[in-house]
Amino acid sequence: MLTPFETEALLLSLKVGGIATLGALIPAILISYLLARGRFPLKWLLDGIVHAPLVVPPVVIGYLLLIGLGPRGPIGAPLKDWFGITIAFTWQGAAVAAGIMAFPLMVRAIRLSLEQVDMRLEQAATTLGAGRWDVFFSITLPMIAPGIVVSIILGFARALGEFGATITFVANIPGETRTMPLALYTLAQTPGAEAQAGRLALLSVVVALIALIASEVIARKTRRAIGLHGERAA
Amino acid sequence: MISIDVKTRLGAFTLDAQIETGADSHTLALYGRSGCGKTSLVNTVAGLLRPDQGRIVIGQDVLLDSQAGIEIPAQKRRIGYVFQEGRLFPHLNVHNNLIYGQRRNGEGPISLSQAVELLDLAPLLARKPYALSGGERQRVAIGRALLANPRLLLMDEPLASLDSHRKGEILPFIARLRDEIGVPILYVSHAMEEIAQFADQVALMEAGRVVAVDTVERLTARLDLHPLTGRYEAGAFLSARITEKNAADGLMRLTLTGGAKLLVPMADRPLGTEMKLRIRARDVSIALQEPRDISILNRLPGTVIDIRPDTDGPMAEVLIDVGVPVWSRITKLSASTLSLSPGKPVWALIKSVAIDRTAPGRPKPD
Repeated sequence: MLTPFETEALLLSLKVGGIATLGALIPAILISYLLARGRFPLKWLLDGIVHAPLVVPPVVIGYLLLIGLGPRGPIGAPLKDWFGITIAFTWQGAAVAAGIMAFPLMVRAIRLSLEQVDMRLEQAATTLGAGRWDVFFSITLPMIAPGIVVSIILGFARALGEFGATITFVANIPGETRTMPLALYTLAQTPGAEAQAGRLALLSVVVALIALIASEVIARKTRRAIGLHGERAA
Repeated sequence: MISIDVKTRLGAFTLDAQIETGADSHTLALYGRSGCGKTSLVNTVAGLLRPDQGRIVIGQDVLLDSQAGIEIPAQKRRIGYVFQEGRLFPHLNVHNNLIYGQRRNGEGPISLSQAVELLDLAPLLARKPYALSGGERQRVAIGRALLANPRLLLMDEPLASLDSHRKGEILPFIARLRDEIGVPILYVSHAMEEIAQFADQVALMEAGRVVAVDTVERLTARLDLHPLTGRYEAGAFLSARITEKNAADGLMRLTLTGGAKLLVPMADRPLGTEMKLRIRARDVSIALQEPRDISILNRLPGTVIDIRPDTDGPMAEVLIDVGVPVWSRITKLSASTLSLSPGKPVWALIKSVAIDRTAPGRPKPD
């Protein structure tokens, strides 16, 4: 049904998107918690940095990544010299770029549901003998589970569609960094490949729709499972 | 025994409260109008609010002593807090809500099965909080606090969000807690009727200060506190004991603490049962001689202690000593026609006596 070219791009996209989302998840929960609950100096700065990928052109993000994580960059060079790890121009690099671009969306979804958690419930847990971490894991985390699900799907969808930062940072290498958007771009640049480009575009839309529907279904199920009964959307 | 002495500024409001209960006082009620600082005070006891300075001792345990540098954090205080709105964890079913504190603090005075039995929770165990009625939620909240091995049970208007029918459903459970489990209770309320049913002592609060700590009977009998204890709905709260039952008439005789006797309709309780009564001021009339041909059975001789005319309106309140103080609400005109004055002997005619029927009487060992 799918051509080898399409299969390769699809599988690579799923791998890059999946790793990007999972890798971003725990930092996103941590940062959301800090932003929703923390009171510390320079909070506005953290907020700004986290949200930058939403407003800064993706090419700029890709370029900054190339400078920082490239073979001669301040982070990339030691990584290569000491551990032999190269990020630029690899699929791992594509995942880093996708993760960074998806990060603010994920933080927003989690933060939104964190702000809806009734802090009086956390107080009640404290009076029942739960310490800070205990309260987080036994009360806060389950209560924001729907938000986390939404954040994962949103982040995954964003990572799948990542183009500008990816192509700038890791280029367009077949089988390594040519995800679906990059493959589509390649086809769009190739004379006479309109039909293939159309198929790939359709495939991208289908994958995105599946992610969206899955998010809705899972979020609803989670909400019901934790007893919120759909009355509080994340 | 509960000993509280805290001082704290909350914006324009200052909480400056001292409470010292007797050693045999197991239920202390905190009474006062909304905004008088009751909730701030209990939050301070629970450790949710940090006072500028203070000392809080429950039994033998010092929870806070700012001079000695002792401050036990909220999660280690073991204060079973029953919140006004229940605050059940929505993602846990009733069973897991109940054992949340027990898991962390260890088993306390009662086991899970005892609590389930006491509060009649068995049919609810598998349900999630959203599927519970308001009364059921409060019962679960009480159970959860009780199972958390508490030093003190703190109840912040646990009945406030319930209609009177549900209140009647919960009150007996609270009375059973007092009688069957040794945990001291601090009960916050602005309803004297609730408090009168089971509190040993009442701390009266006004504008962040504790004005008086005493028994319900003595507090409601104090003229100077009457604006705070509530004038129109108030009357006297009395303790009495069933000393005689007469099945033929369907009546029973109650003996008040001062020795005065009352005849009231029979209640299904054994002789010797200690019970709480309420005699509303508007149900008490005054006569100078004992009227003979009258339908009122309860005619008690006494002396006028004090008279307090309303500042506006035609009514006055008279405090009469019939062995215990009772209130009478009559017109200023009657007061002057009868030329009432402190020390004058009178007869108090009591039209009806409200017996607290929701709380089971507490048999008192002699």
